[in-house]
Formats: sequence, structure tokens, C-alpha cells
Amino acid sequence: MENMFMLTLIVIVYLFAIGYLGYYGYSKTKNALDYLVAGRSTHPFVMALSYGATFISTSAIVGFGGAAGMFGFGLLWLTFLNIAVGIIIAFLVFGKRTRKMGHNLDAHTFPELIGKRFNSYFIQGFSGAIIFIFMPLYAAAVLIGAARFIEATFPNYINFNVAILIYALIICAYVLAGGLKGVMYTDALQGAIMFLGMITLLVFTYIKLGGVVAAHQGLAALTPQVPPPLIAKGHLGWVHMPALGSALWWNLVSTIVLGVGIGVLAQPQLALRFMTVKSSKELNRAVGVGGLFILSMTGIAFVVGALSNVYFFNHPSFGKISLAVAGGNIDKIIPIYINSAMPTWFIYIFMLTLLSAAMSTSSSQFHSMGAGIGRDLYEKAILRSKHSQHTILITRLGILLGVVVTVFLGFKLPAGVIAVATAIFFGLCASVFLPTYIGALFWKGMTKTGAIASMLTGFLGSAFWLLFIHEKESAALGLCNLLFKKPTLASAPWTVVDPIVVILPISFVVAIVVSLFTKKLSGDHLKECFKHF
Amino acid sequence: MFGFEDPQIWLVYLLCILAALFSIVYGVTHWNKGDEDVSGEDKKWVEGEKKVSDEF
Repeated sequence: MENMFMLTLIVIVYLFAIGYLGYYGYSKTKNALDYLVAGRSTHPFVMALSYGATFISTSAIVGFGGAAGMFGFGLLWLTFLNIAVGIIIAFLVFGKRTRKMGHNLDAHTFPELIGKRFNSYFIQGFSGAIIFIFMPLYAAAVLIGAARFIEATFPNYINFNVAILIYALIICAYVLAGGLKGVMYTDALQGAIMFLGMITLLVFTYIKLGGVVAAHQGLAALTPQVPPPLIAKGHLGWVHMPALGSALWWNLVSTIVLGVGIGVLAQPQLALRFMTVKSSKELNRAVGVGGLFILSMTGIAFVVGALSNVYFFNHPSFGKISLAVAGGNIDKIIPIYINSAMPTWFIYIFMLTLLSAAMSTSSSQFHSMGAGIGRDLYEKAILRSKHSQHTILITRLGILLGVVVTVFLGFKLPAGVIAVATAIFFGLCASVFLPTYIGALFWKGMTKTGAIASMLTGFLGSAFWLLFIHEKESAALGLCNLLFKKPTLASAPWTVVDPIVVILPISFVVAIVVSLFTKKLSGDHLKECFKHF
Repeated sequence: MFGFEDPQIWLVYLLCILAALFSIVYGVTHWNKGDEDVSGEDKKWVEGEKKVSDEF
């Protein structure tokens, strides 16, 4: 439903507010040192909402919300991990140490933190390369989520491919302009609007469906409508977990819930955020607002995604479950639901905030890719910290290449891929980085060789698993078929078990065993790393 | 509970709310705890970060 006058008005007001807050934030914090020393009056709500806006993107709301439309309420296990692991453990256990160690070692990227901690250019370069090569998968997930929403909002004007190009051009301009200066206040505005938007969405949904209990019971009554192919995979209805050990259960629990819920700890661009806070106090405060914010983002998206089945099934224009309404593409469920169930003014405001949140996530992704190839791989690992005039050029080319690959993936990836693409990247980061990151922060006995062995195990193990075992990817990638004339080398249940369940524990074991038998880092270096702890 | 029969579903619905409540209570009770002096390393890091982002 298009209303150009209302859209124009909302866009102008929104841009004016963003522009004003950007200028206000920029003029208030002229440089980062001012911010550190004088900026202590920054309101913690502003700080925490800013965290939330960079944490959450179209991937979480559109992609995983849509996945809840298929899986049902079981996806809430991911919300629980998002809060328990992604906020409470990440901020309080990892955040405080990451901040101190990052400052002690003067590290400005995640690869630099673990590289300097283990005195290894290889670790920094290898990590940078992993981020540069695989981050486009996650960036494409965010891009597709944004494009799906634009497509559903303007069905008569913009198709999916055009929406991808429009969003990619906006993000290029945004990143080339260096991102918004003084971005914290604009992020906070986006966070506040998203918070209110999601609460409105939840209240509207429950009211439309007759209240909390009635809505849930209405969804339970739809159990006979589960399509036979999903029943065959273990679907027991949207208010039940899939059958224990079934393909759908492994997909939900190992790939979606554990992959993303645990993988968040080893997200390079999120770990970096901990270094930018001034003291543990800010992290303590951010836990409170962060927990509530994540509940209202992923929690509501998943509840609404699941309940969209009741809305669509009972609606005279649809009369089908969400998956059928979306033509089998789960990425379309949330955009179609919001465009159908919510008032026009809400759709436009929600779209703008969703796109802004996506932009802050995309921007940090492309910066990570550029830094990964320019600073981490080229300058630190290849040139061994020698300053080079080419670093900036390589960084910019890296960002450009990252955008091109991301857009290419946006066009080429199959339908309904947002949640899976995000989960693969998160799972890969966990298997490669998590044992080394934990060892870096908590175990002085972990050695450089142990860290390298663990990272290589995580990477090679995940690659092997995705190419030859996990059937969904191995069949699509085709190497297994080319070499062995079959889509996978394993049989059930391994063909549906995510690599994070197998490779991450192996990667941990390798880190511990190799560290016990290899040369320890010097006492002076460790003292420097753990200063002020 | 909440209209759900499957304990794994009502439990996680409850756990999500409890985890968020825990976060809020923690944030409020630790609102003024954890203040730290700005160290030499902190200042050096911020200056380095400014240089890195300017180069970007």
C-alpha cells in the first residue's frame, strides 16, 4: 500500500532528526579523546540503545523472524541465548577483559587483539583473511533482509533486484563518507524507534488475535495445517519443538540456536565494540538496557513470526499458513505480515528504522572487511607492521570488492537464506575464533602454537564439514558430488548436524592439548597483556 | 502456561522474560559500580583509534 505524501513527510522528518542528532553528537564530541575524558556525562540509555541498534539488523528481524514463521516458538531458545550469552556473558565476562586487553595491547581490530596477544602476525593475517572472505555471506543476509522489506512495501514500483541495488548504493555512499560522525545519538534514536515499533507490533498482533493465551491457542489449533514435507522432517506444530533428533530439530537447535547464540561471542565487529567504552560501569549499565532491548527485538520478531500463521490463516484474503503466503520463501513472511497487518504510517516508520539499523550493521561489516584485508592481512601479516602508503588503497579496494561480492551473493543466494547464511558465518567464527579468544582473555598458559592449531582446526574442520558432510551445503556446493559422485560422505543424523556441534569442541581440545606441550609466551609479555586486570 | 502445552516452549517463553528481568535488575543494582580511572593505555588507545579511523 503506497502513500507517497505520507512517505515523503516521514522521510523528511526522519532525515531531519537524524541529521540534527548527527550534528549534535559530532559537535559535542570533537574527538575520541574528548569523548573518553569529558564524555562521562553521556547518558547510559543513549549508549545502550546505540549498542542495540548496531547489534540488531534486518537479518535478525526479517530473516530469523521469518524462520520463526516456519519453525514456530522453538526459535525463542535463540532469544534466550541472545540475552544470556550475547548480552549478559558477552558484556560482563568477555567485555570487561576485552576492553582492558585491547587497550593494553593498543589493538584496533579483533584480529589485532588476538594477534598481539599471541605475538603472531600469522594469527592477525589469517583472521583478517577469514573475515574478508566470509563476512560477505553475513553482509548479504542483511542486504537481502533490507531488500525484501523494500520489495514488500512498494510492490508496484520496486522489485527485489532493484531494491538490492538501491540499498547497495546507499550503503556505498554511507561507507565512503566514513559513516556518520557522532553516530551514537543517531543510533540511539533508531534504537528507541525500533523499541517502540516492536512493542507496537507485539501489542497489535496479540490484540488482533484475541490476547496472549488465545493467540497461542489459536496457533496450537493450526497444528493439522503443517505441510506434509515439514511433518516428514519432524515438525510437530508451531507451539512444539520439532521431534527430538529429527532433521528439523538438528537444524533448529544446532544451526540456528547454537550457531548464532554461541557464535555471537566471537563476532569480530561486536568484540571491537567493547574497546570503545570508557569503563566497566558502562558495560554494567548496558546489560540492563541491552537485555530488555534484545528481548523486544528478537523476542518479539520470533513471537510475531510464529503468530503470523494465525493471522494469515484466519484472514479472508489469505486463508493459508505463512510459508504458503510467502510462496515458500521464509524471508518474505515478516515483510508481508507487517505490510498487511499494520497501518501505513507504521510501515513507513518501521521500514526507515529497519533500514537504518541494517545500515549501521552493514557499515560495520564493510569496515571489518576493509580492515581485515588492508590492516590485518596486508600491513601487519605480509609487511610485518611496516607502514605502507598502499594500505589505505588496499583497504578501500577491499571494501569495494566486499560490496561487489555481497551484492553478487544477494542476487545469487537461494530464497529463504537469511537465517542460514547468518548462522553459517556465526558458526564459522565460533569454530575458528572462540577457543583462541577465550584462551586469550582467560588462560595465560595458552601458547601461540596452540592458538594457531585451534584456528586452523576450526577453519579446515568447518570447511570439510560444509563441503562433504552437512548435506544442505555439500549438495549445493557440489565438490563432494564431483569427487565422490554423492552429495555427502556421511549418513543421518550427521548430515543435518551443524559443524559447530562437532568442530568447535575439537577446536577447543586442540587448543588445550597443543598449548600444554608447546613453548609458553614470555612472562613480560603476559604481564603487559593482563595489566590492570 | 501462557497457553502452551509443550514444556520446552512455555519454559523458554518464561526464560526469555526472566533473562531480560535479570539484565534489568543487574543493570540497576550495578548502575554506579565499575567506575575506573583513565589509564595511560586507555589514552594511547583512543589516540590510536582516532588515527586509524581518520586514515579510514
